[in-house]
Amino acid sequence: MDLQEILKQLGETFLDWKAMGEVIPKMFAVGLPNTLVLAVTSGIIGSFLGMLLALMGISRNPVARWIARVYTDVFRGLPAVLTILVIGLGFGPIIRHMTGSTSPYPMAIAALSLMSAAYIGEIFRSGIQSVDKGQLEATRALGFGYSASMRLVVVPQGIRRVLPALVNQFIALIKESSLVFVLGLLASEREVFQIGKDLASQSGNLSPYVAAGLFYLVMTIPLTHFVNWLDHRLRSGRPEKKEPDEAAAVVGKGAQA
Amino acid sequence: MSEFASGTLTAKDIHLSFGSNHVLRGIDLHVEKGTTASVIGPSGSGKSTLLRVMNRLIEPERGDILLDGRSVLKDNPDELRRRIGMVFQQFNLFPHKTVAENVSLALRKLRGMPKDKAREEALAQLDLVGLKHKADVRPANLSGGQQQRVAIARALAMKPEVMFFDEATSALDPELVKGVLALMTDLAKGGMTMVVVTHEMGFSRNVSDSVTFMDAGVVVETGSPEQLFTEPRTDRLKGFLSDVL
Repeated sequence: MDLQEILKQLGETFLDWKAMGEVIPKMFAVGLPNTLVLAVTSGIIGSFLGMLLALMGISRNPVARWIARVYTDVFRGLPAVLTILVIGLGFGPIIRHMTGSTSPYPMAIAALSLMSAAYIGEIFRSGIQSVDKGQLEATRALGFGYSASMRLVVVPQGIRRVLPALVNQFIALIKESSLVFVLGLLASEREVFQIGKDLASQSGNLSPYVAAGLFYLVMTIPLTHFVNWLDHRLRSGRPEKKEPDEAAAVVGKGAQA
Repeated sequence: MSEFASGTLTAKDIHLSFGSNHVLRGIDLHVEKGTTASVIGPSGSGKSTLLRVMNRLIEPERGDILLDGRSVLKDNPDELRRRIGMVFQQFNLFPHKTVAENVSLALRKLRGMPKDKAREEALAQLDLVGLKHKADVRPANLSGGQQQRVAIARALAMKPEVMFFDEATSALDPELVKGVLALMTDLAKGGMTMVVVTHEMGFSRNVSDSVTFMDAGVVVETGSPEQLFTEPRTDRLKGFLSDVL
Protein backbone atom coordinates (compact mmCIF):
# COMPACT_ATOMS: atom_id res chain seq x y z
CA MET A 1 0.00 0.00 0.00
CA ASP A 2 1.61 3.23 -1.00
CA LEU A 3 0.95 6.60 0.56
CA GLN A 4 -1.58 7.60 -2.05
CA GLU A 5 -3.66 4.52 -1.39
CA ILE A 6 -3.54 5.08 2.36
CA LEU A 7 -4.71 8.67 1.95
CA LYS A 8 -7.46 7.56 -0.40
CA GLN A 9 -8.67 4.97 2.05
CA LEU A 10 -8.61 7.39 4.95
CA GLY A 11 -10.47 9.93 2.86
CA GLU A 12 -13.17 7.41 2.03
CA THR A 13 -13.44 6.31 5.63
CA PHE A 14 -13.68 9.72 7.27
CA LEU A 15 -14.69 12.16 4.56
CA ASP A 16 -17.22 10.35 2.43
CA TRP A 17 -19.27 13.33 1.26
CA LYS A 18 -22.19 11.17 0.20
CA ALA A 19 -22.52 9.61 3.63
CA MET A 20 -22.14 13.02 5.23
CA GLY A 21 -24.76 14.48 2.95
CA GLU A 22 -27.21 11.87 4.18
CA VAL A 23 -26.44 12.37 7.83
CA ILE A 24 -26.46 16.16 8.09
CA PRO A 25 -30.18 16.78 7.44
CA LYS A 26 -31.02 14.15 10.07
CA MET A 27 -28.66 15.84 12.51
CA PHE A 28 -30.47 19.14 12.09
CA ALA A 29 -33.97 17.66 12.11
CA VAL A 30 -33.62 15.09 14.91
CA GLY A 31 -30.17 14.85 16.50
CA LEU A 32 -29.42 18.46 17.35
CA PRO A 33 -32.83 19.24 18.91
CA ASN A 34 -32.64 16.06 20.98
CA THR A 35 -29.10 16.72 22.19
CA LEU A 36 -30.10 20.26 23.12
CA VAL A 37 -33.21 19.07 24.96
CA LEU A 38 -31.10 16.64 27.00
CA ALA A 39 -28.29 19.09 27.76
CA VAL A 40 -30.36 22.20 28.43
CA THR A 41 -33.00 20.49 30.57
CA SER A 42 -30.37 18.67 32.65
CA GLY A 43 -28.36 21.88 32.89
CA ILE A 44 -31.31 23.79 34.31
CA ILE A 45 -32.41 21.05 36.71
CA GLY A 46 -28.79 20.37 37.68
CA SER A 47 -28.25 24.07 38.46
CA PHE A 48 -31.28 24.19 40.75
CA LEU A 49 -30.27 20.99 42.54
CA GLY A 50 -26.67 22.19 42.63
CA MET A 51 -27.70 25.44 44.33
CA LEU A 52 -29.68 23.45 46.88
CA LEU A 53 -26.65 21.21 47.52
CA ALA A 54 -24.38 24.25 47.84
CA LEU A 55 -26.65 25.89 50.39
CA MET A 56 -26.95 22.61 52.30
CA GLY A 57 -23.18 22.24 52.15
CA ILE A 58 -22.61 25.56 53.92
CA SER A 59 -25.60 25.26 56.23
CA ARG A 60 -25.20 25.37 59.99
CA ASN A 61 -27.23 22.18 60.19
CA PRO A 62 -24.81 19.22 60.32
CA VAL A 63 -27.37 16.78 58.88
CA ALA A 64 -27.88 18.97 55.80
CA ARG A 65 -24.11 19.30 55.39
CA TRP A 66 -23.66 15.55 55.71
CA ILE A 67 -26.37 14.77 53.13
CA ALA A 68 -24.81 17.21 50.66
CA ARG A 69 -21.36 15.73 51.25
CA VAL A 70 -22.44 12.10 50.73
CA TYR A 71 -24.51 12.98 47.66
CA THR A 72 -21.64 14.86 46.08
CA ASP A 73 -19.10 12.14 46.79
CA VAL A 74 -21.34 9.43 45.32
CA PHE A 75 -22.42 11.16 42.13
CA ARG A 76 -19.01 12.66 41.39
CA GLY A 77 -17.38 9.32 41.99
CA LEU A 78 -19.42 7.19 39.58
CA PRO A 79 -18.80 6.89 35.84
CA ALA A 80 -21.48 8.74 33.89
CA VAL A 81 -22.35 5.70 31.79
CA LEU A 82 -22.97 3.60 34.89
CA THR A 83 -25.26 6.20 36.48
CA ILE A 84 -27.26 6.55 33.26
CA LEU A 85 -27.61 2.80 32.86
CA VAL A 86 -28.58 2.11 36.44
CA ILE A 87 -31.09 4.95 36.68
CA GLY A 88 -32.43 4.43 33.15
CA LEU A 89 -32.83 0.66 33.35
CA GLY A 90 -33.77 0.63 37.02
CA PHE A 91 -36.42 3.33 37.07
CA GLY A 92 -37.44 3.27 33.39
CA PRO A 93 -39.87 0.34 33.78
CA ILE A 94 -41.53 2.03 36.77
CA ILE A 95 -42.09 5.19 34.74
CA ARG A 96 -43.39 3.12 31.84
CA HIS A 97 -45.77 1.32 34.16
CA MET A 98 -47.02 4.55 35.71
CA THR A 99 -47.25 6.78 32.64
CA GLY A 100 -47.22 4.42 29.69
CA SER A 101 -44.33 6.39 28.22
CA THR A 102 -41.48 4.34 26.83
CA SER A 103 -39.22 7.31 26.25
CA PRO A 104 -35.85 6.94 27.98
CA TYR A 105 -35.55 10.73 28.10
CA PRO A 106 -37.04 11.40 31.53
CA MET A 107 -34.65 8.96 33.18
CA ALA A 108 -31.71 10.09 31.06
CA ILE A 109 -32.42 13.69 32.04
CA ALA A 110 -32.78 12.62 35.66
CA ALA A 111 -29.42 10.84 35.58
CA LEU A 112 -27.62 13.72 33.83
CA SER A 113 -29.22 16.25 36.21
CA LEU A 114 -28.28 14.27 39.31
CA MET A 115 -24.69 13.93 38.12
CA SER A 116 -24.23 17.52 37.04
CA ALA A 117 -25.86 18.71 40.29
CA ALA A 118 -22.97 17.17 42.21
CA TYR A 119 -20.41 19.13 40.19
CA ILE A 120 -22.47 22.31 39.96
CA GLY A 121 -23.10 22.15 43.71
CA GLU A 122 -19.36 22.19 44.37
CA ILE A 123 -18.92 25.05 41.90
CA PHE A 124 -21.63 27.14 43.58
CA ARG A 125 -20.37 26.29 47.05
CA SER A 126 -16.84 27.45 46.28
CA GLY A 127 -18.26 30.64 44.74
CA ILE A 128 -20.48 31.42 47.70
CA GLN A 129 -17.69 30.67 50.18
CA SER A 130 -15.32 32.98 48.32
CA VAL A 131 -17.57 35.98 49.01
CA ASP A 132 -16.09 38.13 51.78
CA LYS A 133 -17.67 37.50 55.19
CA GLY A 134 -18.18 41.25 55.56
CA GLN A 135 -20.88 41.12 52.88
CA LEU A 136 -23.10 38.86 54.96
CA GLU A 137 -22.33 40.88 58.08
CA ALA A 138 -23.17 44.20 56.39
CA THR A 139 -26.42 42.84 55.00
CA ARG A 140 -27.44 41.43 58.36
CA ALA A 141 -26.48 44.72 60.04
CA LEU A 142 -29.03 46.46 57.81
CA GLY A 143 -31.70 44.21 59.27
CA PHE A 144 -31.96 41.41 56.70
CA GLY A 145 -32.37 37.82 57.92
CA TYR A 146 -29.92 35.08 56.97
CA SER A 147 -31.85 33.74 53.96
CA ALA A 148 -32.64 37.18 52.53
CA SER A 149 -28.98 38.18 52.95
CA MET A 150 -27.83 35.08 51.11
CA ARG A 151 -30.42 35.51 48.35
CA LEU A 152 -29.94 39.22 47.74
CA VAL A 153 -26.25 39.76 48.37
CA VAL A 154 -24.04 36.70 48.93
CA VAL A 155 -25.32 34.15 46.39
CA PRO A 156 -25.53 36.57 43.43
CA GLN A 157 -21.89 37.54 43.99
CA GLY A 158 -20.86 33.93 44.41
CA ILE A 159 -22.56 32.85 41.18
CA ARG A 160 -20.93 35.66 39.25
CA ARG A 161 -17.50 34.48 40.26
CA VAL A 162 -18.03 30.92 39.13
CA LEU A 163 -19.85 31.54 35.84
CA PRO A 164 -16.84 30.35 33.82
CA ALA A 165 -16.71 27.06 35.73
CA LEU A 166 -20.46 26.71 35.33
CA VAL A 167 -20.25 27.10 31.55
CA ASN A 168 -17.54 24.41 31.52
CA GLN A 169 -20.01 22.14 33.28
CA PHE A 170 -22.61 22.85 30.58
CA ILE A 171 -20.04 21.88 27.95
CA ALA A 172 -19.49 18.60 29.80
CA LEU A 173 -23.25 18.02 29.81
CA ILE A 174 -23.51 18.47 26.06
CA LYS A 175 -20.88 15.80 25.62
CA GLU A 176 -22.23 13.43 28.26
CA SER A 177 -25.72 13.60 26.77
CA SER A 178 -24.33 11.28 24.07
CA LEU A 179 -24.28 8.46 26.62
CA VAL A 180 -28.06 8.25 26.54
CA PHE A 181 -27.61 5.83 23.61
CA VAL A 182 -26.99 3.04 26.13
CA LEU A 183 -30.69 3.12 27.05
CA GLY A 184 -31.81 2.32 23.49
CA LEU A 185 -33.46 5.03 21.42
CA LEU A 186 -36.33 5.04 18.91
CA ALA A 187 -35.63 6.70 15.56
CA SER A 188 -37.21 9.97 16.68
CA GLU A 189 -35.32 9.93 20.00
CA ARG A 190 -31.84 9.72 18.51
CA GLU A 191 -29.46 12.50 19.41
CA VAL A 192 -26.35 13.63 17.55
CA PHE A 193 -24.13 10.73 18.58
CA GLN A 194 -26.69 7.96 17.97
CA ILE A 195 -27.46 9.27 14.49
CA GLY A 196 -23.77 9.23 13.66
CA LYS A 197 -23.47 5.74 15.12
CA ASP A 198 -26.48 4.34 13.22
CA LEU A 199 -25.43 5.64 9.86
CA ALA A 200 -21.85 4.62 10.45
CA SER A 201 -22.88 1.01 11.08
CA GLN A 202 -25.27 0.98 8.11
CA SER A 203 -22.69 2.30 5.68
CA GLY A 204 -19.59 0.76 7.23
CA ASN A 205 -18.06 4.20 6.94
CA LEU A 206 -16.91 6.50 9.74
CA SER A 207 -17.89 9.80 8.07
CA PRO A 208 -21.16 10.03 10.05
CA TYR A 209 -19.07 10.02 13.24
CA VAL A 210 -17.00 12.86 11.84
CA ALA A 211 -20.21 14.74 11.12
CA ALA A 212 -21.42 14.09 14.67
CA GLY A 213 -18.10 15.32 16.00
CA LEU A 214 -18.45 18.51 14.00
CA PHE A 215 -21.89 19.08 15.44
CA TYR A 216 -20.55 18.74 18.97
CA LEU A 217 -17.73 21.14 18.20
CA VAL A 218 -20.16 23.67 16.76
CA MET A 219 -21.99 23.59 20.09
CA THR A 220 -19.01 23.45 22.43
CA ILE A 221 -16.35 25.66 20.84
CA PRO A 222 -18.45 28.85 20.95
CA LEU A 223 -19.20 28.06 24.60
CA THR A 224 -15.48 27.59 25.30
CA HIS A 225 -14.75 30.98 23.80
CA PHE A 226 -17.68 32.47 25.67
CA VAL A 227 -16.13 31.13 28.91
CA ASN A 228 -12.80 32.74 28.10
CA TRP A 229 -14.46 36.02 27.25
CA LEU A 230 -16.57 35.87 30.40
CA ASP A 231 -13.57 35.01 32.53
CA HIS A 232 -11.61 37.93 31.12
CA ARG A 233 -14.55 40.28 31.56
CA LEU A 234 -15.11 39.21 35.16
CA ARG A 235 -11.44 39.68 35.95
CA SER A 236 -10.91 43.05 34.33
CA GLY A 237 -14.42 44.48 34.56
CA ARG A 238 -16.62 46.00 31.91
CA PRO A 239 -14.66 47.78 29.20
CA GLU A 240 -14.62 51.55 29.76
CA LYS A 241 -16.90 53.44 27.45
CA LYS A 242 -14.57 55.33 25.16
CA GLU A 243 -15.39 59.00 25.15
CA PRO A 244 -14.98 60.38 21.65
CA ASP A 245 -11.73 62.23 21.56
CA GLU A 246 -12.81 65.79 20.81
CA ALA A 247 -9.37 67.04 19.87
CA ALA A 248 -8.74 64.18 17.49
CA ALA A 249 -12.13 64.72 15.88
CA VAL A 250 -11.32 68.35 15.17
CA VAL A 251 -7.97 67.47 13.69
CA GLY A 252 -9.62 64.79 11.56
CA LYS A 253 -12.17 67.19 10.15
CA GLY A 254 -9.50 69.78 9.51
CA ALA A 255 -7.38 67.24 7.70
CA GLN A 256 -10.28 66.27 5.48
CA ALA A 257 -11.29 69.83 4.62
CA MET B 1 -32.71 70.26 68.26
CA SER B 2 -31.91 66.90 66.78
CA GLU B 3 -32.16 66.10 63.09
CA PHE B 4 -32.51 62.44 63.96
CA ALA B 5 -34.97 60.29 65.87
CA SER B 6 -32.15 59.23 68.16
CA GLY B 7 -32.42 56.82 71.05
CA THR B 8 -30.52 56.08 74.25
CA LEU B 9 -28.45 52.91 74.25
CA THR B 10 -27.36 51.01 77.33
CA ALA B 11 -25.32 47.84 77.63
CA LYS B 12 -25.25 46.17 81.03
CA ASP B 13 -22.75 43.61 82.24
CA ILE B 14 -22.12 42.09 78.79
CA HIS B 15 -20.22 38.80 78.77
CA LEU B 16 -19.07 36.82 75.77
CA SER B 17 -16.59 33.99 75.21
CA PHE B 18 -15.26 32.42 72.05
CA GLY B 19 -14.39 28.98 73.31
CA SER B 20 -12.06 29.44 76.27
CA ASN B 21 -11.34 33.03 75.24
CA HIS B 22 -13.37 35.35 77.49
CA VAL B 23 -13.62 38.31 75.08
CA LEU B 24 -16.05 40.55 76.96
CA ARG B 25 -15.97 40.38 80.74
CA GLY B 26 -18.84 42.41 82.07
CA ILE B 27 -19.00 45.52 79.91
CA ASP B 28 -21.22 48.47 80.85
CA LEU B 29 -21.78 51.28 78.39
CA HIS B 30 -24.36 54.04 78.46
CA VAL B 31 -24.86 56.39 75.51
CA GLU B 32 -27.37 59.14 76.15
CA LYS B 33 -29.70 60.12 73.32
CA GLY B 34 -28.04 62.50 70.86
CA THR B 35 -24.53 62.01 72.22
CA THR B 36 -21.42 60.37 70.84
CA ALA B 37 -19.45 57.79 72.80
CA SER B 38 -16.07 56.79 71.52
CA VAL B 39 -14.53 53.49 72.49
CA ILE B 40 -10.76 53.31 72.41
CA GLY B 41 -8.25 50.66 73.35
CA PRO B 42 -5.60 48.37 71.95
CA SER B 43 -6.30 45.85 69.18
CA GLY B 44 -7.99 42.74 70.51
CA SER B 45 -9.47 44.52 73.50
CA GLY B 46 -13.00 43.57 72.41
CA LYS B 47 -14.17 46.96 71.07
CA SER B 48 -15.44 45.71 67.72
CA THR B 49 -16.96 42.62 69.30
CA LEU B 50 -18.83 44.87 71.74
CA LEU B 51 -20.46 46.71 68.82
CA ARG B 52 -21.52 43.39 67.26
CA VAL B 53 -23.01 42.24 70.52
CA MET B 54 -24.92 45.48 70.99
CA ASN B 55 -26.72 45.03 67.64
CA ARG B 56 -26.86 41.26 68.19
CA LEU B 57 -24.81 40.23 65.20
CA ILE B 58 -23.33 38.13 68.00
CA GLU B 59 -25.58 37.16 70.90
CA PRO B 60 -24.20 37.97 74.35
CA GLU B 61 -23.93 35.15 76.86
CA ARG B 62 -24.97 37.30 79.74
CA GLY B 63 -26.06 40.88 80.31
CA ASP B 64 -28.69 43.14 78.84
CA ILE B 65 -29.00 45.66 76.03
CA LEU B 66 -31.53 48.46 76.31
CA LEU B 67 -32.77 50.92 73.76
CA ASP B 68 -34.61 53.86 75.33
CA GLY B 69 -34.69 51.98 78.61
CA ARG B 70 -36.33 48.83 77.25
CA SER B 71 -34.49 45.53 76.90
CA VAL B 72 -34.15 44.43 73.28
CA LEU B 73 -32.81 40.92 73.87
CA LYS B 74 -36.24 39.36 73.43
CA ASP B 75 -36.97 41.31 70.21
CA ASN B 76 -36.40 39.92 66.75
CA PRO B 77 -32.69 40.70 66.17
CA ASP B 78 -33.35 41.61 62.51
CA GLU B 79 -35.75 44.31 63.67
CA LEU B 80 -33.29 45.58 66.26
CA ARG B 81 -30.62 45.93 63.57
CA ARG B 82 -32.95 48.05 61.45
CA ARG B 83 -32.88 50.57 64.32
CA ILE B 84 -29.08 50.59 64.60
CA GLY B 85 -26.96 51.63 61.63
CA MET B 86 -23.49 50.17 61.33
CA VAL B 87 -20.44 51.31 59.39
CA PHE B 88 -17.50 48.94 58.92
CA GLN B 89 -13.76 49.32 58.58
CA GLN B 90 -13.82 47.63 55.15
CA PHE B 91 -16.94 49.56 53.98
CA ASN B 92 -18.61 46.29 52.86
CA LEU B 93 -20.54 47.90 50.03
CA PHE B 94 -22.27 45.46 47.69
CA PRO B 95 -19.96 45.35 44.66
CA HIS B 96 -22.60 43.92 42.29
CA LYS B 97 -24.95 46.83 42.88
CA THR B 98 -24.70 50.51 41.99
CA VAL B 99 -24.14 53.12 44.65
CA ALA B 100 -27.84 54.10 44.60
CA GLU B 101 -28.90 50.44 44.80
CA ASN B 102 -26.60 49.93 47.78
CA VAL B 103 -28.49 52.66 49.59
CA SER B 104 -31.99 51.74 48.39
CA LEU B 105 -31.82 47.94 48.85
CA ALA B 106 -32.98 47.89 52.47
CA LEU B 107 -35.57 50.60 51.82
CA ARG B 108 -37.14 48.49 49.10
CA LYS B 109 -36.86 45.06 50.63
CA LEU B 110 -37.30 45.86 54.32
CA ARG B 111 -39.39 49.03 54.29
CA GLY B 112 -41.36 47.92 51.23
CA MET B 113 -40.81 51.21 49.42
CA PRO B 114 -41.61 51.24 45.69
CA LYS B 115 -38.52 51.32 43.48
CA ASP B 116 -38.71 54.95 42.35
CA LYS B 117 -39.50 56.23 45.85
CA ALA B 118 -36.58 54.24 47.28
CA ARG B 119 -34.27 55.64 44.63
CA GLU B 120 -35.42 59.16 45.38
CA GLU B 121 -34.72 58.58 49.07
CA ALA B 122 -31.34 57.04 48.24
CA LEU B 123 -30.42 60.07 46.14
CA ALA B 124 -31.38 62.36 49.00
CA GLN B 125 -29.12 60.41 51.37
CA LEU B 126 -26.29 60.43 48.83
CA ASP B 127 -26.72 64.16 48.47
CA LEU B 128 -26.15 64.53 52.22
CA VAL B 129 -22.79 62.77 51.93
CA GLY B 130 -21.93 64.69 48.76
CA LEU B 131 -22.06 61.76 46.36
CA LYS B 132 -25.34 62.12 44.50
CA HIS B 133 -23.40 62.45 41.25
CA LYS B 134 -21.96 58.96 41.77
CA ALA B 135 -25.37 57.30 42.16
CA ASP B 136 -25.09 55.08 39.10
CA VAL B 137 -21.51 53.87 39.31
CA ARG B 138 -20.34 50.70 41.04
CA PRO B 139 -18.52 50.98 44.37
CA ALA B 140 -15.27 49.70 42.81
CA ASN B 141 -15.04 52.96 40.86
CA LEU B 142 -15.01 55.07 44.03
CA SER B 143 -12.14 56.00 46.33
CA GLY B 144 -12.09 54.45 49.80
CA GLY B 145 -13.31 57.67 51.34
CA GLN B 146 -16.20 57.88 48.91
CA GLN B 147 -17.08 54.23 49.53
CA GLN B 148 -17.19 54.85 53.25
CA ARG B 149 -19.45 57.88 52.76
CA VAL B 150 -21.77 55.70 50.68
CA ALA B 151 -21.73 53.11 53.47
CA ILE B 152 -22.73 55.86 55.91
CA ALA B 153 -25.54 56.96 53.57
CA ARG B 154 -26.68 53.33 53.31
CA ALA B 155 -26.92 53.06 57.09
CA LEU B 156 -28.60 56.47 57.48
CA ALA B 157 -31.24 55.65 54.86
CA MET B 158 -32.88 53.30 57.36
CA LYS B 159 -33.35 56.28 59.74
CA PRO B 160 -31.55 54.52 62.58
CA GLU B 161 -31.86 55.59 66.19
CA VAL B 162 -28.20 54.81 66.86
CA MET B 163 -25.15 54.62 64.60
CA PHE B 164 -22.16 52.31 65.17
CA PHE B 165 -18.81 53.05 63.57
CA ASP B 166 -16.30 50.21 63.66
CA GLU B 167 -12.89 51.78 62.95
CA ALA B 168 -14.51 53.53 60.01
CA THR B 169 -11.35 55.35 58.95
CA SER B 170 -8.71 52.70 59.65
CA ALA B 171 -8.67 51.30 56.11
CA LEU B 172 -8.47 54.71 54.44
CA ASP B 173 -5.46 56.44 52.96
CA PRO B 174 -4.49 59.32 55.26
CA GLU B 175 -5.69 62.02 52.86
CA LEU B 176 -9.17 60.47 52.72
CA VAL B 177 -9.68 60.22 56.47
CA LYS B 178 -10.61 63.87 56.91
CA GLY B 179 -13.72 63.77 54.71
CA VAL B 180 -15.17 60.78 56.55
CA LEU B 181 -14.37 62.26 59.97
CA ALA B 182 -15.99 65.54 58.92
CA LEU B 183 -19.15 63.66 57.98
CA MET B 184 -19.14 61.79 61.29
CA THR B 185 -18.67 65.10 63.11
CA ASP B 186 -21.67 66.55 61.28
CA LEU B 187 -23.78 63.59 62.35
CA ALA B 188 -22.65 63.94 65.95
CA LYS B 189 -23.41 67.67 65.95
CA GLY B 190 -26.77 66.93 64.30
CA GLY B 191 -27.80 64.93 67.36
CA MET B 192 -27.28 61.36 66.21
CA THR B 193 -26.60 58.86 68.98
CA MET B 194 -23.27 57.31 68.01
CA VAL B 195 -20.89 54.66 69.30
CA VAL B 196 -17.54 55.14 67.60
CA VAL B 197 -14.82 52.53 67.91
CA THR B 198 -11.78 54.41 66.74
CA HIS B 199 -8.04 54.89 66.66
CA GLU B 200 -8.56 58.56 65.77
CA MET B 201 -7.69 60.17 69.10
CA GLY B 202 -8.42 63.64 67.68
CA PHE B 203 -12.00 62.67 66.93
CA SER B 204 -12.37 60.93 70.26
CA ARG B 205 -11.10 63.94 72.13
CA ASN B 206 -12.74 66.77 70.20
CA VAL B 207 -16.05 65.38 68.99
CA SER B 208 -17.24 62.73 71.39
CA ASP B 209 -19.17 63.46 74.57
CA SER B 210 -17.79 60.50 76.42
CA VAL B 211 -14.81 58.20 76.03
CA THR B 212 -14.57 54.58 77.12
CA PHE B 213 -11.18 52.87 77.32
CA MET B 214 -11.32 49.09 76.97
CA ASP B 215 -8.54 46.59 77.49
CA ALA B 216 -8.68 42.79 77.58
CA GLY B 217 -12.47 42.65 77.59
CA VAL B 218 -13.14 45.10 80.41
CA VAL B 219 -13.89 48.81 80.62
CA VAL B 220 -10.84 50.24 82.33
CA GLU B 221 -11.90 53.88 82.41
CA THR B 222 -14.85 55.87 81.18
CA GLY B 223 -15.64 59.56 81.38
CA SER B 224 -15.44 62.86 79.56
CA PRO B 225 -12.72 63.34 76.91
CA GLU B 226 -10.93 65.92 79.09
CA GLN B 227 -10.89 63.57 82.01
CA LEU B 228 -9.49 60.60 80.09
CA PHE B 229 -7.05 62.43 77.88
CA THR B 230 -5.69 64.92 80.40
CA GLU B 231 -5.96 63.03 83.68
CA PRO B 232 -5.88 59.29 82.99
CA ARG B 233 -6.18 57.51 86.30
CA THR B 234 -4.93 54.04 85.44
CA ASP B 235 -1.50 52.93 84.30
CA ARG B 236 -3.09 50.94 81.48
CA LEU B 237 -4.71 54.06 79.96
CA LYS B 238 -1.56 56.12 80.56
CA GLY B 239 0.45 53.47 78.76
CA PHE B 240 -2.03 53.25 75.89
CA LEU B 241 -2.13 57.03 75.42
CA SER B 242 1.64 57.32 75.45
CA ASP B 243 1.74 54.62 72.76
CA VAL B 244 -0.80 56.24 70.43
CA LEU B 245 -0.34 59.99 70.96
